[in-house]
Amino acid sequence: MSEFIYLTFDGLSRGLVYAAFALALVLIWRAARIVNFAQGAMAVAAVYVAYSVTNATGSYWLGFVVALLAGLVLGVTVERVVMRFVDHSSPLNGVVVALGLVLIIQGTLGIIYGNEYLPVETPFSRDAFEVGGVAMLSRYDLFVIAAVGTVVVLLTLLFTRTAVGLRMRAAAFAPDVSRLLGVSVGGMLTLGWALAAGVGSLAGMLVVPTELGVHPTAMDVVFISAFAAAVVGGLDSPIGAVVGGLVVGLLLSYVSGYIDVTVAPMAVLALLVVVLLGRPGGLFSSSKARVA
Amino acid sequence: MSGALLQVEGLTAGYGAAPVLHDVDLAVQPGEIVAVLGANGAGKTTLLRTLSGLVRSSQGRVLLDGEDLAGTKVEHLVRRGIAHVPEGRGVVTELTVDENLRLGGLWRRDRADAKKALDEVYELFPPLAQRRTFAGHQLSGGERQMLALGRALVARPRLLLLDEPSLGLAPKVTRHIMTLLRDLRERTGLAVLLVEQNVRSALSIADEGVVLSLGRVVVRNKAEVLRDDADLRHAYLGF
Repeated sequence: MSEFIYLTFDGLSRGLVYAAFALALVLIWRAARIVNFAQGAMAVAAVYVAYSVTNATGSYWLGFVVALLAGLVLGVTVERVVMRFVDHSSPLNGVVVALGLVLIIQGTLGIIYGNEYLPVETPFSRDAFEVGGVAMLSRYDLFVIAAVGTVVVLLTLLFTRTAVGLRMRAAAFAPDVSRLLGVSVGGMLTLGWALAAGVGSLAGMLVVPTELGVHPTAMDVVFISAFAAAVVGGLDSPIGAVVGGLVVGLLLSYVSGYIDVTVAPMAVLALLVVVLLGRPGGLFSSSKARVA
Repeated sequence: MSGALLQVEGLTAGYGAAPVLHDVDLAVQPGEIVAVLGANGAGKTTLLRTLSGLVRSSQGRVLLDGEDLAGTKVEHLVRRGIAHVPEGRGVVTELTVDENLRLGGLWRRDRADAKKALDEVYELFPPLAQRRTFAGHQLSGGERQMLALGRALVARPRLLLLDEPSLGLAPKVTRHIMTLLRDLRERTGLAVLLVEQNVRSALSIADEGVVLSLGRVVVRNKAEVLRDDADLRHAYLGF
């Protein structure tokens, strides 16, 4: 029982990171109908920025804030400089360009920082509290919960309560009509990319210190899990991304704990197959969801 | 034709290499309702899409208050007083009635008046007021048309570009919308460029009619003249 409780908390904490990363994918999918395969590489770039800032100043938090800002800037740059010029007549074009970006970003990071794992610190202890001899959450887990929870609440408020959020949703659903109503669709697209890359950077900052450290390909495996989470939730649905992230996190944790860690990625793929067979649009897809 | 609100001169436009519109001339005076008539494929929708910049013109000019609109971004036209209600109603079906309407006034600096305009639309269309929180896809065809029209009115336009408002609607709903347009014109001086296949109802409220055939203006005349010209109706309008 104690193992089950520990694995559950561990899975939820990890799942929140996948949820944040899946949310980033959903934000871009909703805005631009592109699965941003470069999300992982972009997040790693932001983590490297944090690494440099923290090493130079000795402050984790300064590095943390600068990484999120770097994520926003990178998102704007990728949209304005690259993605805006992709021919969207075939959905594959965006995917191929995104994969190209992965190679460019990872190659550049390798040249600058080298291709070995660099250790990254966590701001809080990762030792789990024990309640009645059962390991539960660590302070770092609480930080992850607070950080992802804050982002989810802020994004929800942005999309449901603000004029900018209304513009962003309208621009995503009906670009031509939105332009006729005075909405700068291009501006909303850029904002969507910025937000997504910011959230992706947060996910990177949260997950990288819990693994081997920062490396140009450090987010590749996380990307696969988060992509599965986003698809399981239904690529169009932010709630789906969060639920999908938690489901994938729990599944990975249970399978790693009870069977073997090497089987875990297969379990995620099995989940993907089962969900897509039962509900091809994902768990939270609405009947109105469109195809790309 | 000086003093026209909208002046279109020699407009040629289309998709790709083959133009759909050829050398189109027309004018809309302030407070005037001009009906653009013609068969399917005559270029009526393309005309409206070109006027609002969604389709690029290859030749000709579009003047608003005598000022060339070339280079004006689509999203800035609404600030100049042009509201375009596209064909197929253009309701954002994923958003609620209230969100759709608010969207129509978001660009406005005068928030108080934007709110007032929104309340007026709810008064004008009571069915919308009863369905504020309904998503667009839950509305009937008539309600969607009211919503699209209402959303355009929230912007307090001077010129309304209205594409096939009667499409798929019951005759009673169509009559209601036509009456409403006439009332609006009388009350607010709104000018309307009305694209319609439903020739009778369009000519019943229009001051002038422009008949398009294969992308060219073949007739431009007073609406009452077009209504009474049997030969012309047979030749181009099919009744």
